[in-house]
Parts: sequence; C-alpha cells; structure tokens
Amino acid sequence: MKFTLSWLKDHLDTGATLDEITYALTDLGLEVEEVVDRAARLKPFTLAKVLHAEQHPDADKLRVCRVMTDEGEKQIVCGAPNARAGIIVVLCKPGDYVPGIDVTLGVGKIRGVESHGMMASERELELSDEHNGIIELPSGEVGDKFTDWLAANRPETVDPMIHVKITPNRPDALGVRGIARDLAARGLGTLKPLDIQPVKGVFDSPVGVRIEGGLKDKGCPLFAGRVIRGVKNGPSPAWLQARLTAIGLRPISTLVDITNFFTYALNRPLHVFDVAKVKGDLRIHPAKGGEELLALDGKTYTLREGMMVISDDQEPESLAGIMGGELSGCTEETTDVFLESAYWDPITIAATGRALKINSDARYRFERGVDPAFTLPGLELATRLVIDLCGGEPSHVVMDGAVPDTSRAYRLDPARVISLVGMDIPEAEQRATLEALGFTLKGDMAAPPSWRPDILGEADLVEEVARIASLTKLEGKPMRRARPGVPKPILTPMQVREKTARRTLAALGYNECVTYSFIDGASAALFGGGAEATRLENPISSEMTHMRPDLLPGLLQAAARNQARGFMDLALFEVGQAFSGGEPGEQALQATALLVGASAARDPHGSRRPVDVYDAKADAEAVLAAIGAPLKVQIGRKVAGWFHPGRSGAMSLGPNVMASFGEVHPKVLKAMDVKGPAVALTIHLAAVPFPKVKTATRPALDISDLQAVERDFAFVVDKGVEALTLVNAAQGADKALIERVAVFDQFAGEKAEAQMGAGKKSLAITVRLQPRDKTLTEAEIEAVSAKIVEKVAKATGGHLRT
Amino acid sequence: MDDLSGKYLSAISLAADEAALEELRVAALGKKGEISLKMRELGQMAPEERQAAGAALNRLKDEIDAALRAKKAALGDAALDERLKAEWLDVTLPGRPRRQGTIHPVSQVTEEVTAIFADMGFAVAEGPQIESDWYNFDALNIPPEHPARQEHDTFFMARAEGDNRPPHVLRTHTSPVQIRAMTDQGAPIRVIAPGRVYRMDMDQTHTPMFHQVEGLAIDRDISMANLKWVLEEFCRAYFEVDQVELRFRASHFPFTEPSAEVDIRCSWEGGQLKIGEGDKWMEILGSGMVHPKVLAAAGVDPTEWQGFAFGMGIDRIAMLKYGIPDLRAFFESDLRWLRHYGFSALDMPTVAGGLSR
Repeated sequence: MKFTLSWLKDHLDTGATLDEITYALTDLGLEVEEVVDRAARLKPFTLAKVLHAEQHPDADKLRVCRVMTDEGEKQIVCGAPNARAGIIVVLCKPGDYVPGIDVTLGVGKIRGVESHGMMASERELELSDEHNGIIELPSGEVGDKFTDWLAANRPETVDPMIHVKITPNRPDALGVRGIARDLAARGLGTLKPLDIQPVKGVFDSPVGVRIEGGLKDKGCPLFAGRVIRGVKNGPSPAWLQARLTAIGLRPISTLVDITNFFTYALNRPLHVFDVAKVKGDLRIHPAKGGEELLALDGKTYTLREGMMVISDDQEPESLAGIMGGELSGCTEETTDVFLESAYWDPITIAATGRALKINSDARYRFERGVDPAFTLPGLELATRLVIDLCGGEPSHVVMDGAVPDTSRAYRLDPARVISLVGMDIPEAEQRATLEALGFTLKGDMAAPPSWRPDILGEADLVEEVARIASLTKLEGKPMRRARPGVPKPILTPMQVREKTARRTLAALGYNECVTYSFIDGASAALFGGGAEATRLENPISSEMTHMRPDLLPGLLQAAARNQARGFMDLALFEVGQAFSGGEPGEQALQATALLVGASAARDPHGSRRPVDVYDAKADAEAVLAAIGAPLKVQIGRKVAGWFHPGRSGAMSLGPNVMASFGEVHPKVLKAMDVKGPAVALTIHLAAVPFPKVKTATRPALDISDLQAVERDFAFVVDKGVEALTLVNAAQGADKALIERVAVFDQFAGEKAEAQMGAGKKSLAITVRLQPRDKTLTEAEIEAVSAKIVEKVAKATGGHLRT
Repeated sequence: MDDLSGKYLSAISLAADEAALEELRVAALGKKGEISLKMRELGQMAPEERQAAGAALNRLKDEIDAALRAKKAALGDAALDERLKAEWLDVTLPGRPRRQGTIHPVSQVTEEVTAIFADMGFAVAEGPQIESDWYNFDALNIPPEHPARQEHDTFFMARAEGDNRPPHVLRTHTSPVQIRAMTDQGAPIRVIAPGRVYRMDMDQTHTPMFHQVEGLAIDRDISMANLKWVLEEFCRAYFEVDQVELRFRASHFPFTEPSAEVDIRCSWEGGQLKIGEGDKWMEILGSGMVHPKVLAAAGVDPTEWQGFAFGMGIDRIAMLKYGIPDLRAFFESDLRWLRHYGFSALDMPTVAGGLSR
C-alpha cells in the first residue's frame, strides 16, 4: 500500500513530522517498507541570484557569471542560454551530488576560467525533462533552501511517498483513510470528517441491475450503480495525476483515475462501464462455463462454470470484483458512464481470482474485505467527483441486494490486557482507543466498525488496545520455571540418538551436509522412490520434483558437485528424513554417510588407498555402537539395488534391518556422475531397539586372574565360505572357555588356489581361551583345539591348513 | 697390588667393546683370574698379614668390578647414541593424515537453541514435514480462501486421481507442531520445535527449504511480558552478550493475537554485526499470544489456558551469529564451505560450558 504524505493529510489533521509518522506506522503494525523522500536528493541546493553575466573569453556558448550565494559572491561558468543578470537560480556547490547527471561537483576550470559550482536545469535535478535552460524561479531569496521553495510552490515534487506492508487482516488500511484513522487513534492528529452528501439523481438509470442465481446469498450481497450522462472524459487534473504517479500508477483518463483514486484513498474499488457499449441491463450471475471475456489487462479469460460474472443482455462484460472487460471500458469518447459500486464476498473473489490467476487491485481488496456499509456512500462520493471533474448529470441509483449485516459485539474485559499482554492500561484509555478506531461501546460490549472484518473475539479487542498503546512499552517479566530446581533432561531417547549419530560421524571424519529434501525424479527412481505420491504438484525447479526416498542421492549429487570443483576424495554425511510416501508421517530418520575416492591424500607414508566396503562397515559399526545397538548382529546380503550386489551387506536383528553398507553400484555412480570408488552406509535410526530397562548401573566386571591362552588356526575352506560362519563355528566349540575369536588373515586368489586347490582360500583365526577355575593344561588346550577344528569342519567343510 | 690396579684400570678404560671388557673381567676376576688367584694365596699367609692383604684385595676387586660396570654402561650408551643417530627421521614430513569431520551450522545452532530453551524447561517437539493442510493452515486459523494462505508460497503434494482430499503440503512453517504437541500433551506445555520448512521461493536471500524453530508455552497465566522476557533471555544467551534490547512491534499472524514482530538492537559498524549496542533495529522473529481458536483446534480450553508462541529462522540466526553471508550456500555442500563454517564434533553447546568456543 502506497500513499504520499499530503494524501495522508487529506484525512489526518496533524503536525507530526514524517519521521514521527513512519515510526508510528511501523509500531502500529503497518510496517513501513520504504519511504521515498523525494526531497532528500535536493536537500543541498539553495537559491542564488545572478549578479552579472558576460561572455567567456575563450568560448562562444559559455558565460562567466558572478552569482550571489549564501556564502557570498562566487564565479560560475554556465552554458545555458538564459543565464543572465537578475534571475533567481538553483545553485549546486562544489561537493554537492547532482542526481540528474550522477556527478559530485568539484571546483572546475572551464577553458581557463574557474567555476565554483553550477546552476541547475530541471532535468539535472530530476524534476522534469526540461533542459533548455537553467531553472529561473519567480520568487525566493538568496540562501533559501530549494526544497523549501518546492514545498511551498510545487509540493507534489517533494511530497514523500510512503510504502507500508499491510497484513492480510487489515483491509481497512488498504485505504489512506484507514491508515489515518490508526494514526489518529495513536494520537498523531485528528481524523478529518468525511463529508458525504448524496447526489440527487435527475433521471432514471437506463441500465438496470439484477443479482441472479442465488448469488445474493453468497457472492454478491449488494450491487449498486448509476448512470452519469454527458460526461467529458479527458486526462485527469494535475493534482489527481500527481497522486497516482507518486504511488506508481499510470494516469489513464479522468474516469479511470477516479476509480483508482477511490481504491487507494478509501479502499472502495469501483468500476466504470461505457453505457454506449452495454446492451440492456447488467446481470450478476454464475457463468455457465466456456464464456470468454477480454479483460482490461488485454488477456482473454475463459470462464469456468459457477464463476461470478457481470453480463449485459448479450455477453459477459466484467469479471465481477476482479477486473472489468475491455469492450465495455471507458475511453476518451465515453459520454455516458455507468458507475458501479458493489460488495463482493471475499471467499468467492479469492477463489475466482486464484483460478484465473488474476492479481488486480480490486481482487486484492475484495478478497481481504472492503467495508460493506460504505458501498453506497462510496458511490455518492464518486458521483460527486465525476461530476466535478467530468461534468454530466447523474441518474437515480439502481441497486439489487442489501448491505450485509456484519454487526456483532464482544465483551471488553479491561483486566484481559494485563493478564494477556502484561501492560497496565487504564480502562478509560482502552475505551477511548476502541472508540477512536470506530468501535461502538455499550456498557462492557464493544461492537467493531463495519470496516474491520478481522475483529472476531475478545482477544482482538485486547490486540487493538495494546497495538494502539504501543507494544514497544511492553516490559519483559520473568517466567517462572515450570518446576523448581535443576532442569530435567528434555531430549527424547530418539533425539539423543540422532545427535549421537551425527556427532559420531563427524568424529569419524565426515563433513555434515544439509541437502534439499526434494530431488529430481530420475535420481529418486534410482533409489526406489519417484512414485506419484511423493511428487510435488508445483516444484520450483525440475531438479526438485520428488521427495527424497533416501539420503544417498543428495549426498552423491553433492559429491559430484565437489568433484567438479576438483575435490575427489570426500567423506560426506547427512542425518535427516527420507520419505517413503506422500502422507504425513511417511518419513523415517536416516543417518547416511558416503566415502568417495581415496582414504587419504597422497603422503610419504603410503596412507593413500581407495576406500572400500570395509571402511563403510567399520563406520557403520561405530555408529551402531555409539547409539547403543546390540553387539551381536546378523550380517545379511539382502541390500537395496543401489549397492554393489557382491560388495554390500545389511546389519540386522531378526527381520529388523538397522544398517546397510557397501560399495555404491557402478551404474548408480555413472548415472549420478560420480567418479568412484564410492562406498556408503545408512543407519536406520528408528530400527535400532532401545534398551528395555534404562539404568545407569553397569553389570559387575567379570575378569579372571588366570593366564589366558591364545591359539591360532589356519583353515582351508571353499572361497565362498563367509568368515562369520567360521568364526561362529569356532566360538561354539566351547562357549564358556572361548572368550574371543577373531579373523587375522585371509589368503585368497590365484596364488592361494595354486597352493590349496581350485576354489579354495585360507582363513586364519586367533582364539583366546580364558580359564575361570584353574590354569589350562596342555591336554585341555589340545582338546578344545580339536573341538574347534571339528566344529569348523562341520560348519564350513574346511580343514586345517598344513 | 698398585701395579695390578693400574694395569687393569687402564686396560678397562681402553677397552673398545664389550668383548674386550669380558676378556679383562675373566683375566682379573674370573675363576682363574689374577685377582682370584691372589685371593687363594691369602690362606697361606699369617693372620695379620692376611687381614691387611685381604682387605686390600677386596678393595681392588670392588674397584675393578666397578670400573668394568661403568665402562660397560658407557659402551652401551655410546652404542645407543650411535644407533639413535642412525635412526634420524625428518620430522618436518607430515604426520599420518586423519580426516577432520564437521558439524553443519544448522545442526550446531539447533543444539545451541535447544540447550538454552532446555534450561528454561522447554522440551523438543517434532512433526512431519509433509503435512495435511488442516495442520498447516486450518488449525492455525488460516481458512482455505484466506489471503494469508496464498502468501505462504506453499508446495503441494500431487494427488492421485479420484482422491478428493485437499492436497497435502510441505509444511510452510513449524507452527503445525504446536497443534500436534498440544493435541498429544495438552496443557500446560513448553516446547520448541526446530525443523525443516518449505516455501516456493528462490533468489539471493531465499531458498525453497530452510529451518525454523517454533516456541510454545501454555499455562494459566503466561503473558506477552513473559514472552518478551523469554526472548530477551534467549537472545542474550544465544548471542553471548551481557545485554540485549528487544522491541516488540504490532503485527499480524493468524495464529496469534496479539501478534508482534520482534526487533533487536544492533550495530552494523564496519560491516560487523554487534548485538545489544548501536542504533539499528533488526527484525529477528515473529511472535504473539496463541489465538484462542488455535488452542481450541488443539483441544486446549482457551478459557482456561493461555500462552505464547514464536517462530524464528535457524539459518538466519546462524548467519547472524557466525557471520555467514549467503543462505543458499547452506544447502550446496561445498566442501570448502563445510570445512570453513562447520563445527568440530566435540564442540557441544552447553549452558555450563558455553555455546561456542
């Protein structure tokens, strides 16, 4: 919402400065976005008088002038033809910035003659396009500020423009008068009365109006208008044009400018039809569907069934309350005009405007709610202005429907302001505030004015009182703790787990990323997503069309971007939600990490090696351990298709997959333009069970002082045998005695097969025996060893390597 | 006897290695060594003579033994010195590399905010990012055709044909978590709800996804003055300054009444933000007293309970505190950015230890 200071003063009698007004506006909730102080750029300039002008010795077109300024007599070289003795001019001194030529002046020497400043033209000061000579003022004294002269003689050129952001609850502030009312209530002046004198009609309107199809109940409660015949529709007067141009509107013609003026001055959108182009009466009715209308914006709209439209006897003429039709619009030739003032239902206007994607000043206001009670007074005021500016004579008013009853009242409880806001405002002041805003008070009941559709309860009264009193005065008051003493921990176990997983991955050397929750459909499809249910109806780009089914694609895209910048070795992770569907709650928390390239930069110690699946596995185990997963898990090979089928695994508890790890499938890498190797791990944080009993107490430490014995075994097994099978078999040989079994070597490949036979490999384990009662004898050790060999043989078909 | 002593001591001092020393030890102190033989001769001496000679011999033996040991140690040290000299390494070579991980500023700041509000008794509530329009709008007093709804630049989920429910949305704010938390827990309640939110907006200063934290406190007597105090305490703790000054400005949010935008006093002198001083005001969050309709929508009786809610941008306060210039870079995962603006895994914000290092 834009307006100028002088426009505001049409409605507000005030001595407040611009700064006081803008501060109050923002404080009142009418946030000032911008003040264009159109005088600011002209502030440095003062009036001066040319005392003497003579020909420049070395230039035909230049004159050397002696000029009387507020700092005494100066010499200025000037090229304007009208530079002559005796005229009052506008002086720009060295050091001043001249906006029209974008130059900060210095003391210059022009063809050998010093010049201390310049005398400006209108164009040089951005006042107009006039540049035939320097400004000659008809009045003023040497040393006067030019802005003061303009304010007194040409106020429209320096009238500050104020742009305020109006929140959707305040349609009344979409008119200058509503803004003035708020300021008056704050005490920044008084609201000037609005004198509404009905204009007597002198004939019957040849155009009738009818609201059809039940729209009176919902859509158009009231439609009124009248014909004014014999008007002359030329350019509007300068004051009106200046108002409109100051807020960025283009003057069109007097009739159209009047409607725009009412829209902004009083939040009363109007429409004017050229009577010569209307056939018969105007009907407000629901569209059948399929009708077409060329609107004032030059576009043709096809109406859907049920949309509210104004038609004459033949065809649609206006998108009711949104935009008029081009064909029945007023032009310079218009002599008879039908002036429309209607009250449209906000919801109906919003729905139609949204469906047709039209953003007009009328829609903007009607969908927020204009003052229904002002429909007819607005029509009278506009009639008056049309007659004043265009001449002509008015018909009687024609109308259908009635002003809808919006009367209501809420109890004003003066104590609520203290209990809800915490500000102590005397009851008398509260009542005075509401009355200044147009509320009617009867006892303790307050009835809001017809222009405030947002007031819908007692809390709204409190808000109005506090807002006008100024929330700036609100002082903080300590809020007592919900319970005394040391605060209890507040994070849920899952929230603690999320944090632990994140910090563990960072501690393992991964850089945390936050990537977008939506990715492109093709990438989503690669990771089991891309279903219709996860598609966005209105994505902002083709890269962001589907909710991510997994965190890995986002990380791979991040890796590709970093590789494009020359960073080939990456360790990235993200903790966040992945989406399995499009319903609320179809999301699950993942911690996903990605290793790309080599384990380290090249160094003299040979640390660099390609990352592999065991890196991912170790990190997955570290995260699982950190978040308290059980130590014993099953390692399965059933993993998602974006992993390398032979180099990936899943860590599960029964059917519950807690984590996946492995090499990323080469096809996926190729599709996502990542140079491998790349390995990844995903922890499904919710799939890891929480301990059933939460206790800080540790189990007692169970250790033995007896000497432990370590024995190594190397087995020859088929190369498809998994190490875990072998380890579990060994472990099972004597659960009490065997404390630990660990693989410490694997010998596989061509050389191994050459030694041990085709399809064979060797796995070496170390077994730690921990006696509990007495030291082990050699015979006992031998017995356990034999059992281990037997168990392993049974489980794997392997035998000891000799 | 002195000859003997002189002979061996000088020989020991000249011995070149441990083998030579051993030879000398055997020659002097061995079973058949010179001194051992002399010891044997003692038996044939007269008692007085034996006493004097014995003592002298013992002294000689100890002297040589000590010399042998000292020389052995000296030889050992020399050999070790020699070895260590040979084992010289260039310690200006780099150490074995270790990856340095980082925590994203959004996570770090979320934890900072959580730590502060936890101290004031606020729990952390969560909610889905794909929301029904009821939770995102209707329950928050934003009816379907209300212009406020259009101002949200909402992302809508696709609807299958024949499914005539209003489309779900990507939550445009964290406020729907207010409804969920109150529905679950009732009143009194104190929660914050940090998380991702989405708006269809992408330019210099906007990204289609960003992070907000919602705050909600409902009790029988919580007022807007309490809200101001809580926010003052938060800002003082978060920005780690002794003094902050907040200014409440009337505004409008459909879900609060009265509503206020909150500005903080600051200075931008020299391009550096300083909170709590200067003469500029910067908008940092929106807040207000929870609208009675919102309480009712969440099943909380508005005649019995009241309280405040606020919402602020996590990314934004992270930018302000840590001097991060560009919002878009938060989500680009540029390694250089992650390393520069990220935090160490062990930088855990706590009220006791401070929020930042």
